[in-house]
Amino acid sequence: MMNFELNGQRTELDLPGDMPLLWALRDVIGLTGTKFGCGMALCGACTVHLDGVAVRACQTPLSAISGKRVTTIEGIGQTALGRSVQKAWLDEEVVQCGYCQSGQIMSACALLKQTPKPNDGEIDSAMSGNICRCGTYSRIRVAIHRAADAGGKA
Amino acid sequence: MNASSHDVSRRVFLVAGGSLALGVAFNGAGARAATEKRAAFEPNAFIRIDADDTITLTMPRVEMGQGTYTALSMLIAEELEIPLARVKLAHAPPDASRYGNPRAGGAQITGGSNSVQGAWEPLRTAGAMARVMLVEAAAQEWRVAAAECSAHDGVVIHAPSGRQLAYGQLSQRAAGLPLPQQVTLKAPEAFKLIGRPVKRLDAAEKIDGRARYGIDARLPKMRYAAVAASPASGGKLVSVDDRAALALPGVRQVVRIDNAVAVIGDHSWAAKQGLAALKVVWDDGPAASMSTAGIRKKLEDGLARQDGAVARAQGDADAALRGAAKRLTAIYHSPFLAHAAMEPINCTVDLRADGCDVWVSTQAPTRARDLAARASGLAADKVRIHNHLIGGGFGRRLEADYVEQSVALSRNVQGPVQFIWSREEDIQHDILRPAYVDQLSAAIDAQGRPTAITHRVVGSSIMARVAPGLFRNGLDHDAVEAGLGPYEWPASRLDYVREEPGGGMVTGWWRGVGPTHNCFVVESFVDELASMANKDPVAFRLALLPERSRARAVLELAVQKAGWDAPLRPAAAKGAKRGRGVAVLAAFGSYLAQVAEVTVDASGDIVVDRVVCAVDCGMVVNPDTVEAQVEGGIHFGVSAALWGEITIKAGRVEQSNFHDYRVLRLSEAPKVEVHIVPSREAPGGIGEPGTSVVLAALANAVSAATGQRLRSLPLRSNSA
Repeated sequence: MMNFELNGQRTELDLPGDMPLLWALRDVIGLTGTKFGCGMALCGACTVHLDGVAVRACQTPLSAISGKRVTTIEGIGQTALGRSVQKAWLDEEVVQCGYCQSGQIMSACALLKQTPKPNDGEIDSAMSGNICRCGTYSRIRVAIHRAADAGGKA
Repeated sequence: MNASSHDVSRRVFLVAGGSLALGVAFNGAGARAATEKRAAFEPNAFIRIDADDTITLTMPRVEMGQGTYTALSMLIAEELEIPLARVKLAHAPPDASRYGNPRAGGAQITGGSNSVQGAWEPLRTAGAMARVMLVEAAAQEWRVAAAECSAHDGVVIHAPSGRQLAYGQLSQRAAGLPLPQQVTLKAPEAFKLIGRPVKRLDAAEKIDGRARYGIDARLPKMRYAAVAASPASGGKLVSVDDRAALALPGVRQVVRIDNAVAVIGDHSWAAKQGLAALKVVWDDGPAASMSTAGIRKKLEDGLARQDGAVARAQGDADAALRGAAKRLTAIYHSPFLAHAAMEPINCTVDLRADGCDVWVSTQAPTRARDLAARASGLAADKVRIHNHLIGGGFGRRLEADYVEQSVALSRNVQGPVQFIWSREEDIQHDILRPAYVDQLSAAIDAQGRPTAITHRVVGSSIMARVAPGLFRNGLDHDAVEAGLGPYEWPASRLDYVREEPGGGMVTGWWRGVGPTHNCFVVESFVDELASMANKDPVAFRLALLPERSRARAVLELAVQKAGWDAPLRPAAAKGAKRGRGVAVLAAFGSYLAQVAEVTVDASGDIVVDRVVCAVDCGMVVNPDTVEAQVEGGIHFGVSAALWGEITIKAGRVEQSNFHDYRVLRLSEAPKVEVHIVPSREAPGGIGEPGTSVVLAALANAVSAATGQRLRSLPLRSNSA
């Protein structure tokens, strides 16, 4: 039995410890905002926060989350920083197909939590694990700067 | 352009009334019951206004990021006079008679950058027709002349008396009115929405996890399946030892068809583990001997064939070539390409004896339905397709092979199952963009002016497979589209030789289709000609473009914005070189020119620094979408130009995931500038051409940097 906090709620799961968090979120708990993209931590579509740090849910076994806090795209709007990033995404009209954007937003929030005023180089290193095939990269960069300028407040 | 009258009675898409199940509501709120039509006003297939003032627009095209749901809604809202913020959107069910695309021969498909072109008149007409009926309903209610009433923001107003009624309050009366025989559409000067940047209607649910893609379908008692198809194209399943798989916790069933096997489990993790535990024997069949080199040889052999299908011929190009002062012949190679959309291929099926439900994200709902019917043995009207938002299409989801496979695998399964392809399965069983070999020859006179050009395209025909009726006399119009560029050549010939890869391998549409491959080839070759003529690449092109032509105007704007005449800032790093390249395209009803700047470092690595694009796509519906599509299209094309290549060995795709099918990342993304030319011409397409132009602009920029002409994609520089 796994105990952890999911988007602020105490959660219990009875699943194999080697099962990746991604499939527990999507197939068992029913939170489908976290996306499957590659299964090898190459694309970032499944990015979630573990105790506030960005991790790839497809490579995070359930055994690693016991007693920790997991935040997904469905819960990121509970924080002022999350809301400010979401607002910046809307203001800059970032999304196209949108499939990668849950992961992009989770990576951006983790970056801004660590580095409230990132420069372009810091955005490059934090965001280059998240692939977007629609090509929204320019707008993602501007949106991160915008959220930073807003001081992490929506 | 003046306001024009449109005869609505002839239009097959304007089918009035009737019971209409709208399918799954856009926000995943569930299907609206077909019986629930009390007082609903449904003047055509696209608009429904309920008594509670809910306005539902059913989208004939699908949303895969290109912004079509917003643009199509704008077309309706412009004439219907409704606030966009209030509309609910629904995905259209498969029904080509109501949702066919007039620009795609009436087929219900989303592709070819023609959604706005096809909807431009029909959807504005649909909105105008509904508005006229609502105004008439209000006039009858108030016993006044319709001419005294007007519609604004979802309300009809009688100005003389100050009375007003919301559309919902008028729905019942409007539903009983006859369709107007004619409606007058607004002149562009009167547009309130069209031409202004409007926020995407699908953005809010895409930033908080609510958006539902095919892979997010969730049904009671649904199970999950992992799939493996024959690794060699056209191969067969010989045997499966599933004892170890079935012993795993959570694994429920192993199902097989003649070329694939799937493991069904309580969740994807169980299914994936089960699949890994199978011992499968495949018969590779005739594809076993296929290789990239073998296919390339076949394509090259096509260059010598005498029976090319002539697409265009003007003047005596051969005579001009024979008598030329200077001549150039070049052969270009373009590789197979995978789509690698972020949402891996998936399909959810509930197959029963009496019917089949399919939850999927598809660019081709009727094709999905027909292949589901074929695989299940059911009549097409027993199949229900529940379409979803698409997590990247790029042409891959014009195919429905995965629907057919998933339904076939469901034949002995009880209850709904979601079939998900791994990324490896998605890449290795993609329906690839064809590889091509092209040969071009041209002559220039003593003054450096071109006198003739010939271009032969050799490659697989997608059209011959998916629309055989359009493949006539050996000619695939898509394969040769934009094959001579936008230029006026004194003499020219463009022809095509169909050469299939063989071994059961088929090819498919990919962003930009024919023009993406042809623009790379032609615009690279034009640069080579300019070089042979000792002319500046822009000056050489301008001499071939008529005064006041749209192609010329975008070229002039792009070079001006890019600062073509000013020298490039030199590279900072030791041994690195910089270069600037240009390319022009007329395709999809639009005109684009791009100037790309690259840095090639000492090891030959290419970095794309900046791309400036000028675009004339006629009248613009949503300028922000045009910019976004060009930006994104360029990013997509940069991936292909620098790294895109699928290779085949022993009938198998050698690449498998993003580590060996490399795509652009944020740190590598160029600065993109988009400049839109104001235009009153008919709308052109914008989803694809941004991609089509950039490959040539980059090839030309690399050549300018290094002096080395690269005639193969992806661009691999070794002479920096």
